[in-house]
Amino acid sequence: MRRLIWFIPFAIFAAIAYASWLGLGRDPSVLPSALIDQPMPAFALQPVRERDPGFSRTDLEGQVALVNVFASWCGPCRVEHPTLVALASQQRVTIHGINWKETPEQGRAYLAEAGDPYTRIGSDENGRLALDLGVTGAPETFIVDRTGRIRYKQVGPITPEVWTQSIAPIVSRLESEP
Amino acid sequence: MNAVKTLLAVLAMTFAAHALAVEPGEMLPDPVLEQRAREISTHLRCVVCQNQTIDDSDAPLAHDMRLLVRERLTAGDTDGEVLDYIVARYGNFVLLRPPFQANTWVLWIAPFAVLALALAGLLMQMRGRAAPSSAPLTEEERALLQQRLAPKKERV
Repeated sequence: MRRLIWFIPFAIFAAIAYASWLGLGRDPSVLPSALIDQPMPAFALQPVRERDPGFSRTDLEGQVALVNVFASWCGPCRVEHPTLVALASQQRVTIHGINWKETPEQGRAYLAEAGDPYTRIGSDENGRLALDLGVTGAPETFIVDRTGRIRYKQVGPITPEVWTQSIAPIVSRLESEP
Repeated sequence: MNAVKTLLAVLAMTFAAHALAVEPGEMLPDPVLEQRAREISTHLRCVVCQNQTIDDSDAPLAHDMRLLVRERLTAGDTDGEVLDYIVARYGNFVLLRPPFQANTWVLWIAPFAVLALALAGLLMQMRGRAAPSSAPLTEEERALLQQRLAPKKERV
């Protein structure tokens, strides 16, 4: 029995090694969002498109929607954009856009070039709303329920795989909520 | 001579004041508020570069966060309220010094626990050594001791 005590250091070492090994598999850029299940903050963004009402908090009430933070200067946003355009054209889900840290002109040029999947879109030129949303980079996409509460945050591009595996199930679950 | 030069160079690099990312345009006119903003900034992690403070980082998001800190201070927030405001949006990860709570106590306690464990081990080890048998020697042992201690006869 007393002999067993000498195995304690080895057991501790093994535990630390195992925890470290698990840590290697984590993506350090994916941070847990502090805003899950919190209501979307109040905001009213200026329009990006011409002759457009812009995008505000009240646009989120009544339906489940994706709110996509994007910019033309962001490479991964260009990767995900065709997927968003396809989802919008197939009317699978409502997508709103927050055009982050660039001028409405730059945002407009990007939409003209890459396509426009957004129902509502607003310009967050000074990045103030992004701070309120705890955004750490683009693209990030929030799934917002009927009452305007944030229910999920996708960090990184929405690819067709991400859509079918993680986002679509959440959207259909939220749509079945009363 | 070369070694001295190298040493000096290394020392100069070690103690060089690190460049700060705060731009002149960001600073508040009130030096007291600005000083508080700088102090708060050293506790906040740049969420893009992750191991820098927002005070050190050149990332655009760090710039936005520095402005936010100053905006909250100008609005009359206390230092604690500014930190709470940002933690409410970014979570505790944004603090470079994690608070002591249910999911972090292991982190805080572990070094002391390991130290205590090591001391306990050391103590046990020392006790084991410092407790020789105090019983008197038996006849046999005494004879053996005499034999061992007796000067050896030189062999021819």
